[in-house]
Amino acid sequence: MSQFTGAEIVLKCLADEGVEYVFGYPGGAVLNIYDEFFKQDKVKHVLVRHEQAAIHAADAYSRSSTKVGVGLVTSGPGVTNAVTGIATAYMDSIPMVVITGQVPTHAIGQDAFQECDTVGITRPCVKHNFLVKDVKDLQAVMKKAFYIANTGRPGPVLVDIPKDVTANKCEYKNYAEVNVEMRSYQPTIRGHAGQIKKAVQMLLNAKRPLIYSGGGVVLGNASTQLTKLVHKLGFPCTNTLMGLGGLSGTDKHFLGMLGMHGTYEANHAMQECDVLLAVGARFDDRVIGNPSHFFREGRKIIHIDIDPSSISKRVKVDVPVVGYVADVLDEISKLLDACSEKPDAEHLRKWWSTIDGWRAKNSLSYKKSDELIKPQYVVETLYELTGGDAYVTSDVGQHQMWAAQYYKFKHPRQWINSGGLGTMGVGLPYAMGVQLMHPESTVACITGEASIQMCIQELSTCKQYHIPVKIVNLNNRYLGMVRQWQEFFYGNRYAESYMDALPDFVKLAEAYGHRGLQITKPHDVRNALAEAIKEKDKLYFLDFITDQSENVFPMVPGGKGLTEIIMAEEL
Amino acid sequence: MRHILSVLLENEPGALSRVVGLFSARGYNIDSLVVAPTEDPTLSRMTIVTHGSDDVIEQITKQLNKLIEVVKIVDITEGHHIERELMLVKVRAGSKEREEMKRMADIFRGRILDVTDRSYTIELTGDCAKLDAFLQAIDKEVILETVRTGACGVGRGERILRA
Repeated sequence: MSQFTGAEIVLKCLADEGVEYVFGYPGGAVLNIYDEFFKQDKVKHVLVRHEQAAIHAADAYSRSSTKVGVGLVTSGPGVTNAVTGIATAYMDSIPMVVITGQVPTHAIGQDAFQECDTVGITRPCVKHNFLVKDVKDLQAVMKKAFYIANTGRPGPVLVDIPKDVTANKCEYKNYAEVNVEMRSYQPTIRGHAGQIKKAVQMLLNAKRPLIYSGGGVVLGNASTQLTKLVHKLGFPCTNTLMGLGGLSGTDKHFLGMLGMHGTYEANHAMQECDVLLAVGARFDDRVIGNPSHFFREGRKIIHIDIDPSSISKRVKVDVPVVGYVADVLDEISKLLDACSEKPDAEHLRKWWSTIDGWRAKNSLSYKKSDELIKPQYVVETLYELTGGDAYVTSDVGQHQMWAAQYYKFKHPRQWINSGGLGTMGVGLPYAMGVQLMHPESTVACITGEASIQMCIQELSTCKQYHIPVKIVNLNNRYLGMVRQWQEFFYGNRYAESYMDALPDFVKLAEAYGHRGLQITKPHDVRNALAEAIKEKDKLYFLDFITDQSENVFPMVPGGKGLTEIIMAEEL
Repeated sequence: MRHILSVLLENEPGALSRVVGLFSARGYNIDSLVVAPTEDPTLSRMTIVTHGSDDVIEQITKQLNKLIEVVKIVDITEGHHIERELMLVKVRAGSKEREEMKRMADIFRGRILDVTDRSYTIELTGDCAKLDAFLQAIDKEVILETVRTGACGVGRGERILRA
């Protein structure tokens, strides 16, 4: 059989996995691999300007599709720069394979140039990682990496390859015949039939039911099943930040997002329901607030999740179901179809009228202005002009919450943000990954003047690869969310949250070869957005100078209970 | 509550640090940890003694199960089990203490492995409580050095942990 170098094997594996794009940055330890990139044209490479952005872009490529994102970086600083990206993907369970170069095997442990303990550094923020010391293991490890990344609860997997391994040669087997089975990893889990039956009975007996769905529904491609179940039962449904689009934002059963900046109705329903069906969600601190306040005697909780460790981690549940959410939701629907019982219509009607009472609070209303641009208005206008069909990425902070609250996501995977780790700087590289996945779609990056500067060098990547994303910069000259907390909880002492000496973003965009517009008046918002959307082939940097004092409402302060909400009109 | 977790895991480099890293990252306690290959050289068996509420132990078990290299976990304290730990104690055994130390070692079924004019090294096995009791029973002043392996254990009778 013919022999291939490790570098050739890496490229062959990527091609056999059907990888279209690799996001990366070359360096000494990966030069053999890059040389193979040069010699082939099956797998395309996107050269970013900073390794962190490579991983974010690969992450978003995956978030906006069902494919595994792939990043490639060199040893040492390449890896340490990538760590933020890896940890971001890990917190949100994004399937990704990160290939890292390593110093040659004989130099490992010698404090060689650009050496770091990659598997050690990344161990706590990957689903799994491998150090490949023998080229004979490389093909199987590569295939296992993709397999582990994309099965069970997904997550990033890192493959660390010393430089000599990329030069050594061995055979390349038929990819389909490479065995990835591991006795210690059995990701195929079927929901327990008895538990599912119990869950169905509980749902049928509910007087005040609520479905609470999270990122698991998006990642598990269970949006169709969720929507079907919601409609079949006629139950209200709320989504977490990561679950937005799991049920369409325009669905009348949708109560909006819940949690720290969730709607009044979603948070109250969460607190007052008597049967809660949690689907692919994990009751995290930003979602349920204080767990002891969240606890209600008599409320029953059903929890469907692929990861057993997510169940009863923060909140004790009554009916745990471990399995792929799409399968379990299908089973539930089947049982409901086969059963003559229906949920009690009278109780449900009463429950909906209670919810309508909460809805009437109109918790997302805000004061309109003719003088100052309200950030909420920018997002609403973007929603309108794109017909709700754009892919929207965000960074982290106030603008992220406004995007989540005011853009009504119709579909899963349309809303791309860093929910778990809360990484500022993801917005632009996320938009790049998404746009490459969906070249025909409008991709907007809703960001702030602070976040955008954390990965702004990627404007250069966008130029090189003609990535025409629309940057919607909600520029309030503050680290807005920090300022908001300082206003509420630190007596208006705005320590280091003012952004002085900002660049001229229009000139900056132009310097990178893009279009830039600064918008200072509300009546110019619509035209600016419309122009950016219409110019399909151009990257637009829209610098909206917004109302500096605007805050995100409603708000449940950290550590408080879900119904201890601060509303806009209360301040 | 004190629990003894028996873990079968792939005998691969890095597997141990994944387990230890998990405990430190999530703030779980490790009272002791022992690990060695089994009769099947591809598998290691680890015994972790930890303590925590039932919820915490449940999380520890689930989190360990998520590690790709972990094959199986059993909390052997959930049923009848045997627990053993080995301890070597070097004690001062001059003419004054010599008789007494020999007697104490006998009472606890210890064996004296090394003898000098001034010291004994005593080997003791038993559950952790027994080893603690021995250290309590002898005069603190005479203890020169102790080393303990940490506990390992198996379920009684038909309770078997295999891959």
